[in-house]
Amino acid sequence: MPLLQLKDLNVRFDTPEGEVRAVTNMSFTIDAGESLAIVGESGSGKTQTMLAVMGLLADNGRASGEALFKGRDLLRMSAPELNRHRGSEIAMIFQDSMTSLNPYLRVEKQMTEVLAQHRGLGRAEARAHAVEMLAAVRIPDPERRIRQYPHEYSGGMRQRVMVAMALLCRPDLLIADEPTTALDVTVQAQISQLMRELRAASNTAIVLITHDLGVVAGLCERVMVLYAGEVVECGGVDDIYDRPRHPYTRGLLESVPRLDQPEETSLRAIPGDPPNLLALPGGCRFRQRCPHASDACTETPPLRAGGGGHRWRCFLEDGA
Amino acid sequence: MHGSGLLRFSLQRLLWVLPTLWMLITIAFFLMRVAPGGPFDAEKTLLPEIQANLNSKYHLDESLPRQYVRYLGQVARLDFGPSFQYKDWTVNQLIAQAFPVSLTVGSLAMALAFLAGTMLGIAAALRQNSVLDYSLMGVAMLGISIPNFVIAPLLILLLAVYAGWLPAGGWDWGFAAMVLPVVTLALPVTAYIARLTRASMIEVLHSHFIRTARAKGLPERKVIFTHALKPALLPVVSFMGPATAGLISGSVVIERVFSIPGLGSYFVQGALNRDYTLVMGVVIFYGTLIILLNFLVDLVHAWLNPKIRYDDQR
Amino acid sequence: MTTNADRPGTGAAAVPGADGVRGRSPRQDAWRRLRRNRAAVVSAGVMGVIVLLVLFGPMLIAWDPDYTDWAHTAAPPSLASGHWLGTDAVGRDILVRTLEGGRISLLVGLVATLVSLLIGVGYGAVAGYFGGLTDRLMMRAVDIIYALPFMFFVILLMVVFGRNILLIFAAIGAVNWLDMSRIVRGQTLGLKNAEFIEAARACGVGPWGIIRRHIVPNLLGVVVVYMTLTIPQVILIESFLSFLGLGVQEPMSSWGALVSDGAQDMETTPWTLIVPAVMLTVTLYCFNYLGDGLRDALDPKDRA
Repeated sequence: MPLLQLKDLNVRFDTPEGEVRAVTNMSFTIDAGESLAIVGESGSGKTQTMLAVMGLLADNGRASGEALFKGRDLLRMSAPELNRHRGSEIAMIFQDSMTSLNPYLRVEKQMTEVLAQHRGLGRAEARAHAVEMLAAVRIPDPERRIRQYPHEYSGGMRQRVMVAMALLCRPDLLIADEPTTALDVTVQAQISQLMRELRAASNTAIVLITHDLGVVAGLCERVMVLYAGEVVECGGVDDIYDRPRHPYTRGLLESVPRLDQPEETSLRAIPGDPPNLLALPGGCRFRQRCPHASDACTETPPLRAGGGGHRWRCFLEDGA
Repeated sequence: MHGSGLLRFSLQRLLWVLPTLWMLITIAFFLMRVAPGGPFDAEKTLLPEIQANLNSKYHLDESLPRQYVRYLGQVARLDFGPSFQYKDWTVNQLIAQAFPVSLTVGSLAMALAFLAGTMLGIAAALRQNSVLDYSLMGVAMLGISIPNFVIAPLLILLLAVYAGWLPAGGWDWGFAAMVLPVVTLALPVTAYIARLTRASMIEVLHSHFIRTARAKGLPERKVIFTHALKPALLPVVSFMGPATAGLISGSVVIERVFSIPGLGSYFVQGALNRDYTLVMGVVIFYGTLIILLNFLVDLVHAWLNPKIRYDDQR
Repeated sequence: MTTNADRPGTGAAAVPGADGVRGRSPRQDAWRRLRRNRAAVVSAGVMGVIVLLVLFGPMLIAWDPDYTDWAHTAAPPSLASGHWLGTDAVGRDILVRTLEGGRISLLVGLVATLVSLLIGVGYGAVAGYFGGLTDRLMMRAVDIIYALPFMFFVILLMVVFGRNILLIFAAIGAVNWLDMSRIVRGQTLGLKNAEFIEAARACGVGPWGIIRRHIVPNLLGVVVVYMTLTIPQVILIESFLSFLGLGVQEPMSSWGALVSDGAQDMETTPWTLIVPAVMLTVTLYCFNYLGDGLRDALDPKDRA
């Protein structure tokens, strides 16, 4: 049985200007121990998909479809039921560690309460576990630092605290929402390294949400590319990087500056802006920015398959 | 870190207290002196010799700067001088007699306002945009818009005159006499605190760290009380200073309407009768109280909010 | 088959409005938000009615506010007697007195608010513009004054300077400018460092142009909001004063004085209390809702 299986997940938001369709008919599976990267621009729906799974959508958001975790539909659960899974079997870490940690509580409290809630540990025992976990994520002097407040840590250390907090109950699935985006490059590398090690040690499945293709390569086996709330391409990381089929994926990869090109090469961007989620165009949502778009693209593009689970949606036969 | 940072913070804030007090005393002094008419205007005109005697007894014949310096000295010794109006009493005695009454009514009103206001505000925030929320906030708006002196007579009419449950006024330190004044005094402050708490709680509940708390699988009860409550109440704590000032202002009218012998009543009477020493004594007394209270509030706020102390030390 | 690559001007640059959504200026945004706030809209309507009544009512009603109708003293409201809302102990028509009183109350509200506006905007703009130590000192002074009981000082001022109506305006305004100064200072600080101001200067816009086209419109919004919120506070203070006997003097009357008189006779002639009390309360209520609505419309994050 897959660990997490999404079937036709739709996420909509009621706004005064109308209904925003953030995610449309999303379906994918994650097996135990797998690592998947969800890649896309801002507004592609990558974060909202996982927030819907965790039951953390904003008040005006509605999710429909199915999100099966070990066979049970998370979307149909009541809050107390959901709370049994959240934090213990599925954990999520967020992008901005400064605002995602409670500035008014000590780190110790924020970590031990997870253990108290899900494992029923007493204060001393919970504290010991928490210190151990801080050491595992290489926070120096964890015995002392655990008594501090979040603002007393540096950005990189705070992110590691978030990782530690998420792993306390040894979850089966870790969702990381742009964990390195707010950090500078060296720290990014450290966090990526950390996550690699932790994966190796505990067989936790990871969903990495990011817009940075560089981070994906070292950490994930499979990649799913989102555009305007839909999956446009997915496959193994080698397939995506070496043989991207969808014009959007191509555009993304081409926009990453490379060291092996001559210096005068100008940066390549995908022209235009993402579509307005209040008024989505019919057919392929990428057609207004696609260099290969044709009249056929006003219809829903067919699903094409390559080898090894590589799939994409496009009218073009072999990619451009 | 907790202790020494707090100490330094307190000392910094304390440094502001003294100049503020001095400013208060000075302003009060010069205002009263500038007022036309001597303290005995209300009574029949006196013979010039008697007038001169009174002037010298109360040092009114000295130059203004000298009176000021003399007054500063007196205040420093906590001596507010004799009352102009109540000839056998000193201002200190009057304050000592009237203040406990005002203090009782005021503290009870403050406690009521804080407890009721925060509870109502939290309830409204947790059920945002529901019928409960709209009705609570509608009533709160009414609480802010209806002046004390409108509600008070109405309540007296309903509960004292028609129903006869409570006395219409007077003060005997008994519970029944306290109910109406305390409730009426507390109403506008309660309403303001309810609105403030609601807005603050709503904002906190939208923070990222609340999302994280939920993502950790904590039950909603813990999310609200362990994570949201303290940050949500911080603005309310800061408001306690102005809230006290508001209660003191309100007490002036409440004590009038309910015939309560508190400091507010004495102040108004003193103002109307140009009893210089009494008026200044009360202004300085209440002013000092508020300034000290604000200092305490600042301390409590810093103690509750770990970020403030950190910022100050940088 | 033609593709986008063959069609110039498409795909390469997003055509504004191509997806069918028109751009909206922040002011239009604010206006839409305000219109959707039903409480604010209703309040504005009621306010409009009250203002009209207060301005034109006394001219249209047969009775003079000072006219004592000995035939109908302490008369309850009735259509037959011509005194629709009753009379007081000496036979003066309550309706016309309340409307006249409304003129004074609203006038005080407006003028005192203007006074506090002048002081507050001036103070706040100076603090915000100079920034640094000046700003901190000035704002610390505001913090201190904010915590003192305004009532006491107003009473003090009234006693010192007498009950001249002009002085009432000045006294109340002088005591009530604090919120305005804080807001204006915040806006000024923000504007001073705003990038669009720098950009305007870089484009060669002169100082007057900047003030006229960039600073004033940005300040205007918050000033209007806080004016709307200050007016009820000021009317409240005036009514407190009148209630204590320190406000406007006879024969002028304000709602506060009318309530004070009415409260004394409330057991025998409750309408003398209820009519002005209701007018006062409804007016304050509406101003508060309107001010709240304006504030939410202009800056939805800034709720209190």
